[in-house]
Amino acid sequence: MSAREFTCVVCPNGCSIVVEVDDDETPVVAKVRGNVCKRGEEWARQEVENPLRTIASSVSVSGGDFPLASVRTTRPIPLGKIRDVMETIRQVTLAAPVEIGDVVLVSPAGCDTEVIATRGVGSASRDVRRAAKAKGGMKE
Amino acid sequence: MNGRERIPAEHRSVVVVGGGPAGLAAAIAAKEHGCDDVLLVERDHILGGILNQCIHDGFGLHTFKEALSGPEYADRFIRKLRGLHIETAEGTIVLSLSPDRVLEVSTRGALRRIEADAVVLAMGCRERTRGAISIPGRRPSGVYTAGAAQNFMNLENIMVGRNVAILGSGDIGLIMARRMTLEGARVEAVFEILPYSSGLPRNIQQCLNDYNIPLFLNTTVTEILGAGRLEGIKVAQVGSDRAPICDTERFVPCDTLLLSVGLIPENELTREAGVAIDPVTSGAVVDDRFMTSVPGIFSCGNVLHVHDLVDWVSVEAAQAGAFAAEYAGSGRRTAERTISVVPGAGVRYTLPQALSGDQACTLSLRVQEPWRDRSVVVTDNGREVARKRMMRLHPAEMIRLDIAVEALSGCSSLEVSVG
Ligand SMILES: Cc1cc2nc3c(=O)[nH]c(=O)nc-3n(C[C@H](O)[C@H](O)[C@H](O)COP(=O)(O)OP(=O)(O)OC[C@H]3O[C@@H](n4cnc5c(N)ncnc54)[C@H](O)[C@@H]3O)c2cc1C
Ligand code: SF4
Repeated sequence: MSAREFTCVVCPNGCSIVVEVDDDETPVVAKVRGNVCKRGEEWARQEVENPLRTIASSVSVSGGDFPLASVRTTRPIPLGKIRDVMETIRQVTLAAPVEIGDVVLVSPAGCDTEVIATRGVGSASRDVRRAAKAKGGMKE
Repeated sequence: MNGRERIPAEHRSVVVVGGGPAGLAAAIAAKEHGCDDVLLVERDHILGGILNQCIHDGFGLHTFKEALSGPEYADRFIRKLRGLHIETAEGTIVLSLSPDRVLEVSTRGALRRIEADAVVLAMGCRERTRGAISIPGRRPSGVYTAGAAQNFMNLENIMVGRNVAILGSGDIGLIMARRMTLEGARVEAVFEILPYSSGLPRNIQQCLNDYNIPLFLNTTVTEILGAGRLEGIKVAQVGSDRAPICDTERFVPCDTLLLSVGLIPENELTREAGVAIDPVTSGAVVDDRFMTSVPGIFSCGNVLHVHDLVDWVSVEAAQAGAFAAEYAGSGRRTAERTISVVPGAGVRYTLPQALSGDQACTLSLRVQEPWRDRSVVVTDNGREVARKRMMRLHPAEMIRLDIAVEALSGCSSLEVSVG
């Protein structure tokens, strides 16, 4: 049995929630303390048992007037899957034009989410130099 | 008379300076409130302001009940602006503004003069730099503001480093800690000189704790080391006077230092126009119509005071835009300011600083230090006018407090304090 402390992020009250966790194998919530409402309690349980996160990144765009399109997951994914999903996103190169909301990936790394573009990129010509840069991937 | 003044001035009804979320919302509202001659001027080649580089989600929770990324949030407003056929001038910088609302603007070297009935200032912020907080040591490469690193990564596709330390726990630094970790960098730690974080709890959890990045409070960077490229920093704990304690100093190797030590409103134009500036917010002093001390000049968004949530930027700017349109359309009538508003115990600033008393208003304020379970209390010469009880008050989170018009009747000088 161990105790973990969280600041609830569900509403601006920011209650401190102490969760007593039965952590022999998979953590299971034993008890929640703090001046907490039902929503906070559910959130804390989720945080301990299976925390979910939305993630954002960028993918390269070829032939566009901009080297990158930003992307995000449409639904939160398990925290432990973030690295796998990032790896899948890294493999992607899009061809311009890209519209906001274009689906870039479906169920990356087996997660129940889509990855969509969050920035539009128009077709080439205007700035060929930037487009060329995108092909080189992330520069150091 | 210099050459510039001989350029004939064109006349516009409402000119909005800056095309970030504040400028977009102001221009839209001005048009929607009956002004057909609105011009929005943006120095960048695209609209959206700083939102273009904020690719993480969490924008628009209040406005759209969705967690959008920055560019998506901006896109909603840009579409609306286009739909209303509002004229925009991108790649155009406002160089000067006079008290009688004459703007000098330049598009790729070509100068124009514009005489406006009303001007809305929405120039946003820039980041505080190393110079502004004066860390001793060498000047190697590898030291960036967090926002500059965000711009390089998210807009230019340039990874700024591999081993990263971050000074300051502002939200932009926290967001960048996660972003760089996800892109394969190692983030050593975040150092914060204050005894509490200046970022939102949500960002502490999801950007630091999720990736086991430690946050050291009461700690600052005392020296920057490295010849060509940054090789490391020295950090030390600070005492209650915020001065470093010598024997706690230690070396942290890193090739990159990100500074997330606050934002400064970009008020050069504002000052030039003779607008009174609040020394605490570093933004204009405004009334409940967001009009500054110079009639016909309005201010909103981050150039007025630093916001943590873009939703409130949009709400505030829409009001400013509507009042600018009203002013321009009413033959420049100003409302009389009958009530002063000042910060009292525990409150760092409150805004607007003056009220007309003829309409309901929303006060925006920040507290000086974190508190639990206290109230924000508004009094008029000692008599209580409004009160808001809050579970949690934190300097990193702007507080908004609505006051009904009835409550303002008979008031002359309001004080806002933590009680
Ligand atoms: C680097 C940085 C990163 C940020 N990251 C986040 C974040 O991750 N999450 C979050 O919630 N908030 C973030 N913020 C806060 C964010 O700035 C605000 O929520 C919001 O964008 C403020 O909107 P604004 O329109 O007032 O300013 P801005 O978005 O800064 O827009 C101001 C615009 O005015 C233009 N401008 C300035 N001067 C002139 C001139 N003289 N002539 C013409 N145009 C001019 C600028 O080019 C810019 O486009 C960040 C701020 C900064 C500075
Ligand atoms: S526990 Fe309930 S009241 Fe407390 S912060 Fe979370 S959602 Fe808000």
